[in-house]
Amino acid sequence: MLFDVQVADREGWIVLAVVGELDLATAPKVRQAVIRLLADTVARGADLRVAIDLSGVDLVDSIGLGVMIGALRRVRSAGGSLALVVSEPRVLALLAATDLDRVFTIHPDLDTLLGGVRDPGAGGRIDG
Amino acid sequence: MGEVRLEIPARVDYLGLARQVVAAAAAVEPTFRDERIDDLRVAVSEATTNAIEAHVHFGSDERILIRCNLDDDRIEVAVLDQAGGFDPAGVTAAPEATATDRLEFERGLGLPLMRSLADETAIESTDDGTIVRLVVYTPQHVATDDA
Repeated sequence: MLFDVQVADREGWIVLAVVGELDLATAPKVRQAVIRLLADTVARGADLRVAIDLSGVDLVDSIGLGVMIGALRRVRSAGGSLALVVSEPRVLALLAATDLDRVFTIHPDLDTLLGGVRDPGAGGRIDG
Repeated sequence: MGEVRLEIPARVDYLGLARQVVAAAAAVEPTFRDERIDDLRVAVSEATTNAIEAHVHFGSDERILIRCNLDDDRIEVAVLDQAGGFDPAGVTAAPEATATDRLEFERGLGLPLMRSLADETAIESTDDGTIVRLVVYTPQHVATDDA
């Protein structure tokens, strides 16, 4: 699966959709995308609500998880909030194995996030 | 049953290939569940990432060797680098999830993740390089152990 990162505005959220394997080779692209979207959003004076959609990610390792941590730190430092969208059970399992399901707001799909409904079984907290 | 060997340059472009080869070797044994192969893929990703970074850090042009040995009850993967070695006990662990400084640490998850995903993990490191051995057992072995 080819790696790809796309950014789109969806109902008040900036959605960064990642497709492929998130590792040492690809994580810098996500980091750069987050830094760019932060700069753009702050410059526009828009609300900083960011969703990183990992529905299309079939493998993430500790480097990929680290980029998610860095993204959350950057977004919070800029006064915004960040949520993850994770539908893949093995990605959810890794988040749980590293206790990061207690750090991130996690939604099972984008519709749930945009609709403001949280699946209680998905783990994570409501506010990112 | 046999050994599969892969030599890769210490470049991130080859990380996916390392995972693919190990997953394909494990899939030769039909009793391995997909979830366990996925665990192995991530564990190998961690070990190979560390090897690539070590080679880059020490400026080594040598190749990284990945050996897969599939046996009746297990697959054992060894990732061998020829960089300067490290002390596994000296690696800074990531803070607890609830720690106030948790978000300051993007690294420190690799070794714990490797240990949690593989059934056995062993790391031998010297000034000449590091060998990481990862073992994942077949369901039959686990069932025999539980009996």
